[in-house]
Amino acid sequence: MTSTSDERPLLRVRGLTVGFPTAAGTVDVVKSLDFDLARGGALGIVGESGSGKSMTSLAIMGLLPKGAKRTGSIEFDGTELSELREREMQAVRGDRIAMVFQDPLSSLNPYYTVGTQISEAYLSHRTGVTRRQARKVAIEAMERVHIRNAPRRVDHYPHQFSGGMRQRVMIAMTLSMEPDLIIADEPTTALDVTVQAQILDLLAEIRRDTGAGLILITHDLAVVSEVADHLIVMREGDLVEQGAAERIFCDPQEDYTRMLLDAVPRIDDEIGLLRTAAVETGTAEEDR
Amino acid sequence: MSTEPLLRARNLVKEFTVHGGGLLGRSAKFRAVDDVSLDVRSGETLALVGESGSGKSTTARLIARLIDTTSGSVEFAGREVHALTGKALHAYRGEVQVVFQDPYSSLNPKHTVERIVTAPLVYQKRPVPGGARAFTRELMERVGLDPDHSARFPAQFSGGQAQRIGIARALAVSPKLIIADEAVSALDVSVQAQVINLLRRLQDEEGFSYLFIAHDLAVVRQIATRVAVMNEGRIVETGDRDQVFGAPRDPYTRKLLAAVPRIRPEWDAARRRNEAARRKRQEA
Repeated sequence: MTSTSDERPLLRVRGLTVGFPTAAGTVDVVKSLDFDLARGGALGIVGESGSGKSMTSLAIMGLLPKGAKRTGSIEFDGTELSELREREMQAVRGDRIAMVFQDPLSSLNPYYTVGTQISEAYLSHRTGVTRRQARKVAIEAMERVHIRNAPRRVDHYPHQFSGGMRQRVMIAMTLSMEPDLIIADEPTTALDVTVQAQILDLLAEIRRDTGAGLILITHDLAVVSEVADHLIVMREGDLVEQGAAERIFCDPQEDYTRMLLDAVPRIDDEIGLLRTAAVETGTAEEDR
Repeated sequence: MSTEPLLRARNLVKEFTVHGGGLLGRSAKFRAVDDVSLDVRSGETLALVGESGSGKSTTARLIARLIDTTSGSVEFAGREVHALTGKALHAYRGEVQVVFQDPYSSLNPKHTVERIVTAPLVYQKRPVPGGARAFTRELMERVGLDPDHSARFPAQFSGGQAQRIGIARALAVSPKLIIADEAVSALDVSVQAQVINLLRRLQDEEGFSYLFIAHDLAVVRQIATRVAVMNEGRIVETGDRDQVFGAPRDPYTRKLLAAVPRIRPEWDAARRRNEAARRKRQEA
């Protein structure tokens, strides 16, 4: 790789818009988004429900629901993704960009062992690999996400794992592909707080070891503050504010960002911090 | 404290039968709640916290008498709840109300707000003070809903508003204890803050008690008077909020607190400084 390509962002998104046709015309759920993800960077996309944060990640992956219309440019490592045909996109997906979802149980097939699923994903993206080699990759990936007894656990079915362990399996699957970019959509939302801490540590460890870029989509500002170096705040499809995570947490420029930060209950701060002018009135109009 | 607690649970046990897998699957007993004792005092908020499977929701359901105990006792205002029958049980169902996590699934989608919030009174065969319409309007105002929307259906409200309907329904019978089972967990953070503030204000006005079931320790910190921490069916620690959060005694409590993601305090401090400076500039 030349030095110029290293300076280019890993992901460059310009004018990304996602719309759904309705009886009353097209409704845009993502409105002309511009952002970059630096190589090895960790970008947090935060917002409440309906903000369009998940649609943004699905748009990047080319996994939007039927009927959705995507416009704008998504340049990944120099390749314009919006111009790729579905076959070409499939080669990128899973291999170079991998996704971790909120609910690992619905992303795993209950009828196959986790080893089979990790191996199949690997085989589908690598030519000239034997099943034996793919199985070895699966075991190694499971070991890397600290699943104990991986050589034995590889033959177990998803239901034999706890929620946190299933999320590790999903991360092992993405790891086996050695992706350049991991998109994690609420990866710890369904997990207990102690398990969440382990998974967040694991994601940080993977970034450190592999240099992969990370996009973390979450509603949880405390979680994102521990993971992301860059932040995008979204609301109803609009990009409200973006910048370095520290800058946004220390000096938010937009009222909406300030309101969000005020509303987060703190575990080690003054009681009553929730009582801010922005949220105290509690009128019906505000919490539409 | 010299006064009798409003609610006193002693040595509560709840066992479920689990069927083993396979052809010769043996069934076994699973103890979801294992020797739990707790008090809820008048006017306080006792938070029952724990991770999934800790038994906190099962404990709440035992206290609400939505399920039967395997053993142990629940005393409310001096009477054994699980021995109540007839009128006395009916009265208990009025004195203790439950607010659930998912407002939509706990509100009948085919009923208007008016019918929903007056239902507990109808069930109690009590007259609706001032008539259903006026009563509903007043309740809706108290929980921050537009009283003109009393003829609407749950689906016409946002999640936060629907939860306010659930709270209004609980208030309708002037309960002494409200059991809030993950009542703010499903809400967006800005809406969650509003509902937490609402729950506090209503308690200040009415003086009832909360048994607040939650997994989110930061939320609990903002609302609890006392905290009981559950793990694997047992209460591992009970104490005043500031003691449990500031000087936790049990290793599990410490582990739980350490795992909570935090916005760096120095970032918050910087934000407050910047905010103050911004206000000053605006005033100048």
